[in-house]
Order: sequence, then structure tokens, then C-alpha cells
Amino acid sequence: MSRSRKQHITDRLMRLLLVGAASTSVLIVCLIFLFLFKEAGPFALKPGLGKLLDSQWIPVSFQEEHFGVGPLLSGSALVTALAMLVTVPISVLVAIYIAEIARPAEREFLKPFIEILASIPSVVLGFFGLLVLAPFIKTTFGLSTGLTALTGALLLSLMAIPTIISLSEDALVSVPYALKNASLALGASHLQTIFRVTLPAALPGIVAAVMLGIGRVIGETMAVLMVTGNSAILTFSPLASVRTMTATIAAEMGEVPFGSVHYQALFWIGIILLGITFVLNIIAQRVLKKYGMMK
Amino acid sequence: MNNTADKFILLFLRIITYAIVLIIGYILFDIIKNGFTALNWQFVSSFPRRSGAAGGIFPAIIGTLYLVVGTIAVSLPLGIGGAIYLAEYADQGRFNSLIRLAIVTLAGVPSIVFGLFGLGVFVLFCGFGPSILAGSLTLACMVLPTIIVASEESLRAVPKGFRDASLALGATKWEMIRTNILPYSISGMITGSILGIGRAAGETAPILLTVAAFYLPKLPKTVFDQVMALPYHLYILATQHPEADRIRHMQYGTALILLLLVLGLSLGAILIRKHFRKKFRW
Repeated sequence: MSRSRKQHITDRLMRLLLVGAASTSVLIVCLIFLFLFKEAGPFALKPGLGKLLDSQWIPVSFQEEHFGVGPLLSGSALVTALAMLVTVPISVLVAIYIAEIARPAEREFLKPFIEILASIPSVVLGFFGLLVLAPFIKTTFGLSTGLTALTGALLLSLMAIPTIISLSEDALVSVPYALKNASLALGASHLQTIFRVTLPAALPGIVAAVMLGIGRVIGETMAVLMVTGNSAILTFSPLASVRTMTATIAAEMGEVPFGSVHYQALFWIGIILLGITFVLNIIAQRVLKKYGMMK
Repeated sequence: MNNTADKFILLFLRIITYAIVLIIGYILFDIIKNGFTALNWQFVSSFPRRSGAAGGIFPAIIGTLYLVVGTIAVSLPLGIGGAIYLAEYADQGRFNSLIRLAIVTLAGVPSIVFGLFGLGVFVLFCGFGPSILAGSLTLACMVLPTIIVASEESLRAVPKGFRDASLALGATKWEMIRTNILPYSISGMITGSILGIGRAAGETAPILLTVAAFYLPKLPKTVFDQVMALPYHLYILATQHPEADRIRHMQYGTALILLLLVLGLSLGAILIRKHFRKKFRW
């Protein structure tokens, strides 16, 4: 009797512990939102949120400081858009090759090899970009500096490629065989089947993969900090130097006095970043759920 | 007639795929070749001199190892515990979907935002200051979703019969998990988790604001001390150092050590996983 009672208590206790462990994720998410707003908060009262809409980002000045996030937002948008322009077609084509065309032995080599790219630390990729890619861009386009939006975009594209390939490949592989076989039985060629049956059927999964890829690219910090040139100007030229939201936080947070207006403005940038990635993530999950592609 | 066009498209797909492979190969080759010339025993075992322009990177290696150990110590129990709950206890209720939403959200939070969070909570609010403790806790929050997802996958791979058999013999739920589930899934959980933690070892943005010191020619004594770390060291040497152009070998050497550490952790985990997959097969 007492043994069974002890068993019962242990069982309840363990359950409680495990619920606690599982709840930490919820707690952390709440704390992230809470503390970002706590640190950023006073900015809303003085100098007021309107200051974030300024057209310039000049956080340190002898005359008047400007905290307009516009140029930073445009920097992030430009770099992300360029990166996705390169990444999406390449990743989808490679995913098609790996999922539908490559022989099993070839697949066994390609998948882990491309995964290696995902595990190279971003600061190492940034370093490679600084020493190899930037000089290449500089001589190719005859620029005075190779530290441009394009350089950052190409590096980010290297980071996003493994994620998007792997998720797109999952989506392609999960298309039912019956669909492919029906198409082949009707006389379509292997390639016709891939591009007219398998790819459209896998599209929702690929869209979700791209969403997650954008989220990752927009939040990347070190590589863009090292190679985009860091000038906070509003531009849409791929060959101009830009500064992204992430790079601004990383570069300036080390030098601001805690609690200053500048410090609070950097936390507002963090909130904007968090908001963007949060929304992208939710949309991607919705798409996956709607089309029954959730694992 | 379609055949030539088909062949051409196939060739095009193959070229793109192998172009990516070549680019990855070139990046690895560049880092390994240039890094190798800088490597010697003194480089990995001595303290930096002339603010990193000469000497070694020993404290940065140690600092990164401390951070990795700290991150594992915090995130592994929490992540595995959370995964056990999700895989074995949770039903399809509200609470469950709330946890899943939180995990997905956490997985998407940019690393620099984790840095801001760590600065706000651990460095300032908890008063740990920039320290190993604050940095490890920040990194642990970041890798938690990866660990939960990997562990849950490993738990779900254990056949249902194992659970039924144990419960039918009168075991309580926890006894069933302890004796019939964990022994077969723990290796998968740990190796999956190491893959995630390896990535954290190379992260710079979260430790930038919570722990890293650039030039600290002594080793930490307690968890409340700052440390040097490999990623941050490389970042400073490559972009902020006054002699950046003349110390390329120091930069490549640091990059190579960091790469070896991260890839080594991943490779080790993959090999262990392969070993255990062979051992447990049903």
C-alpha cells in the first residue's frame, strides 16, 4: 500500500516538473515581449513615438538627434529582397534536383553537404564575405568599396539556401506518389510531371519555406554588419552601402548609456524586428496547417 | 523531340546544384587553407598580446567552451523535460497549442533580439552584469526550441507497443517513461540537441550584449565573470582592430578554430546518432 502511494506521489511530482519545463517556452516568449517593451517604453512618452518616423537616423549629434527607423527599415528590406531574389529560384531548383532527380547515393551526399552551409557560423561567413566576396564585387562593378547591399544579400542568400532547400525538399517528397504516377501513366514525361504536378502540389510548403527563410534573413546580424558598409541612408540601389536594423542594434548598443533615449530607440528597433518575424512565422505556420503539411 | 529539351533542363538543374556544392567547397577550402598556416600549438595555447595582433587565442577558446557547457546545463534539462511532456502527456488542448505556438515563435526570434532580451533580463534586471551566467542563459533560451523539437522526434520514434506493454504490467506513467521510453530515446535526444547547441557556439549577436569582452588576458574565476569568445574575437579582429589588414593570419586562424569547433560538435553528434540508430532498430 505505501509503495503504491509513493509511486503515485512520484508520478504526480514528475508530471508537475515536466509541465513546468514545457511552460518555460511560454514564459520566455512572454518575458521577451515584456522586457523589450519595458526597456523601450519611456521613449513613447518622451520624445514620443512620432520621432521614430523621422526621415533620418542620427542618434548621436551636437544639435538634434534623429531616430527615424525608415532608412534602417529600407536597408533591411533592400538586402532581404535582393537575397530572396537570388535564393528562391536557386533553392527551389536544387530542391527539385535533390528530391526528384538525384540518384539515392547522390542524395546521400548532397543533403548533408548542403547542411554544412547551415552550420557555418555567421561571423565566419561574414569574414569570408569581407575578404573574398567584397573585393570581388568591388572589381566586378568598378566600385570604390565592395561593402554594399548586394554583398550582404549574397551572403544572406548563402545562409538562407540550406533552410529553404531542406524545407522545399520535404514539401516535394511529401507529394503523394499517386499524383506522380497518374501523371506518368497519362504519358507525361518525368520533367512534365515535376513541373506541372509535383511542384504545384508542393507549392504551399515551398511558400512556407520562403516565409521562414525571409524571417531568418531579416533577423541575421553579423554577416550584414560586416559587409554592408553601415551607412544609414535611404536608398534602393543594390550597389550602395546600407545599414540594416539588426546591424544598427549590434553596432550601437555597445556604446550607448543604459536607459538613454538612444538606448530606448534601439529597443524599439528590436520590437519592430520581433514583430516582423513573428508575423512571418505565424503566416508560414498557417499555410502549413491549412494544407495539411504540418509534421 | 521533347527529349533534347528535357535533357537540357536536367543538365541545367544539375549544374545549379553542383555550383552550390562548389561554392560551399570553396568557402571551406578558403578558411581551412588560410587558417591552417596560422595554426600552431602556441596559437591555441597562449594568451593574446598587443590586443590580439599577436600571441594566441587560448582565453577565447576557453570562454566559448564555458558558454557551451553553461548553455547545455540550462537548456538540456528544460528542453528534454518539455519534449517529454509534449510527446507523452499533452493532449490536443488549449495549453498544448499555446506551448507549440511559443516554441514556433521562439524559433523565429532573431538572435540580436535574444541579445536585447538577455541584456534587459539577465544583465540588468537580474543584476548578473555581463557574465558567463547571463550569456549562457541567453543562449539557452535561443536553443530551447531546437532541443524540444529534436527530443520530441526522438521520443515519438519509440514504438507505441513499448508504452502499452509497460502500462499493462501496472507501471505508473512516469515509471513507464523512465524504464521503457527514456533508455531508447535519450541518445537521440542528446545528439539532436548537440546539433542545435553547436550552432549556438558560433553565434555572436546574443553574446555581444550579454557576455563578451574583447581583450581579457585572464581566465574567468566565477560564472559572474566576463569571458572572451571565439566569434566575438573574430568579429573584432576582422572589423574593429586598428591593424586589421596586417593580421589576416590571426583572423583566419580564429575562423578555422571556430569552424572546427562547430563542425566538430555537429559531426560528433551525427556519428553518435548513426551508431545508436544501428543499435536500436525495430
